[in-house]
Amino acid sequence: MHEISLMEETLTIILETAQKENAVKIHRLNMRIGAVSGVVPEALQFAFDVTTQGTIAADAQLNIELVPTLCHCTECNRKFAPIDIIYQCECGSLNNKIIQGKEIEIVSLEIS
Amino acid sequence: MCGQCGCDTTETLKHEHEHEHHHHHRHNHRLVDIQQSVLHKNHTLAQGNRQEFTQRNLLVLNILSSPGSGKTTFIEKTLKTTEQQFNYGVIVGDLATDNDAQRLRSTKAPVIQITTGDICHLEASMIKNASDELGLDGLDILIIENVGNLVCPAAYDLGEDIRVVLLSTTEGEDKPLKYPTMFKGADVVIINKIDLAEVLEWQEDLARENIQKIAPNALILAVSARKDTGMSAWYDYLAKARQAKTQTGYSLV
Repeated sequence: MHEISLMEETLTIILETAQKENAVKIHRLNMRIGAVSGVVPEALQFAFDVTTQGTIAADAQLNIELVPTLCHCTECNRKFAPIDIIYQCECGSLNNKIIQGKEIEIVSLEIS
Repeated sequence: MCGQCGCDTTETLKHEHEHEHHHHHRHNHRLVDIQQSVLHKNHTLAQGNRQEFTQRNLLVLNILSSPGSGKTTFIEKTLKTTEQQFNYGVIVGDLATDNDAQRLRSTKAPVIQITTGDICHLEASMIKNASDELGLDGLDILIIENVGNLVCPAAYDLGEDIRVVLLSTTEGEDKPLKYPTMFKGADVVIINKIDLAEVLEWQEDLARENIQKIAPNALILAVSARKDTGMSAWYDYLAKARQAKTQTGYSLV
């Protein structure tokens, strides 16, 4: 359950941003979470609800955009979306690099 | 204040909401772009660690596994067998006790314990502080024993050269398929407690096949740290990795 640690770090960043913007309230947090980031969205939501208590983000909504995994095959140079946890390219190769799907990102913040 | 979204009602700009308003008031919501990785700070600190380790020609291992796979025994055996060859330093992460650090203090290597409390993984900042406390002068290899957990530590780069993931025969052959994120990041997978394979009806071929599906480029070594079986292949790898680091500033991986 490292989602609490991640959310604490997220909260630090968004509260700093809100302060810079002279905001009195945070209404919505938009995040992008990759399919192989190791983050469970439900756990992140729980962490968000817990860590924002008593802050200006207390009643805010967390909006999570899920980012699918995308690989680059080092054998045939194609990009492909793996169909399961075994990242096998159509060419049969297992050698690839993950180019998308590890994201744990803060996208934007809705404030007033 | 709006009871639905909490926005201030004293402002003077109307805007669209995703929820229904049953009252009229004025809003001044605005969207601020941030576009930042939550792990950005950790990543920056990890790169700083890596730079310092490389300047010192220090080979750094991040040892990961579920609790009870035999990380401490594996490290202890490695230290005792090869401490004539290399000067080791050890950083141990544990939730609560310093039992593992105490066990490793029977070796020559200086050991620093990080007690993480509720934190289920090690982060680059903890490694920076522990390295400062340990003192890296004169060390050849730094071994980091991460918190026993096959999920959370995978997300945190510590600045290491090599990720070593242990899988013990008591855990079942399908662990790499159940925890793919951890095994995908492995440079070396150590199958430990191979001395128990027969009694557990452990299928080594199946385990290797599962590891290769998830981490096709990882080196796989089957050992029993406790019985000292198969460990020489690991020591050979370690010597090569250390040599590669001193010659090129980069590890084998």
